[in-house]
Amino acid sequence: MKATAAKIEEEKDFLTELDNEIADGDHGINMAKGFNAVVEKLDAMAGKDIGSILKTTGMTLVSTVGGSAGPLYGTAYMKAGAKLAGKNEMDGKDLVEAMEAGIGGIQMRGKATTGEKTMLDSLCPAYDALKAGIEAGEDLKDALTKAVKAAEDGVEYTKTIKATKGRASYIGDRSIGHQDPGATSALYILQVLLANL
Amino acid sequence: MVGVVIVSHSQTLAEGVVELAKLMASDAKIVAAGGLEGGAPGTSFQKIYDAVEKVYSDDGVAILMDMGSAVMTTEMVIEAMEGRKILMLDGPIVEGGVVVALEASLGTPLEELQEKVEEARNTKKLDN
Repeated sequence: MKATAAKIEEEKDFLTELDNEIADGDHGINMAKGFNAVVEKLDAMAGKDIGSILKTTGMTLVSTVGGSAGPLYGTAYMKAGAKLAGKNEMDGKDLVEAMEAGIGGIQMRGKATTGEKTMLDSLCPAYDALKAGIEAGEDLKDALTKAVKAAEDGVEYTKTIKATKGRASYIGDRSIGHQDPGATSALYILQVLLANL
Repeated sequence: MVGVVIVSHSQTLAEGVVELAKLMASDAKIVAAGGLEGGAPGTSFQKIYDAVEKVYSDDGVAILMDMGSAVMTTEMVIEAMEGRKILMLDGPIVEGGVVVALEASLGTPLEELQEKVEEARNTKKLDN
């Protein structure tokens, strides 16, 4: 979480710039605010299980982010946390289940699916790659490496499509050519997870 | 009387809708939940939660939202207040807010307010 917050802080201006091009330009600032608030709560969470930490992360994001990323990532972390309740360690299968629950939460909250230029366009292909790798018996690092690659491709893909969900849908075809900020921040979260295995 | 909450990314817009609604229904229980703590643009879980608490009664609360996170954050507040009589209404927040405040102050029950907002949405301002 600390590494995620550091990465988001580092990329804050870039995310905001991406968001500025197609929507209301608050994604980087909002995400940094949310994850910095999460970091402040971490010390009090020391020794707690993964599920509790993810749940607190989700609730903190909901109450501090202020833009759509709050309820979306917040719901994702809370759903993933519910899957990992009581666990102090997680393996590849756990991560697949947590990610499935998190993505389900985003789809439910945002009433969105892939191909609409959202965070789902990097998260869903990453989930598919992770699941395929784990089911084929790969170790977590190899499977997650493929998942990050799939997320990178997903971010590239968002440049080619028009936004039909969220604030960016207001500019319609003019959103084509721009990289989606939500898909980008989701990629960062996965990259940080891989780097900290 | 049904309570009414106006949720917007903009604090001034939410307060403006309340101001306008009160011109028509001065005794309506209508409050604004706009912007973040401190007034920056965005939607605040806590502000919406507190606003619902403020106007809540057994008659329930109707909420009108602008777009995106205003809708999603309101959903999460309602989930957190599970078991309470709270309804999100789908429609324009200015015209809808005025109509809902007026209807609520006249004793229209929560269940009938969505229909009134629909009427407000379909009322044309120009003849053509």
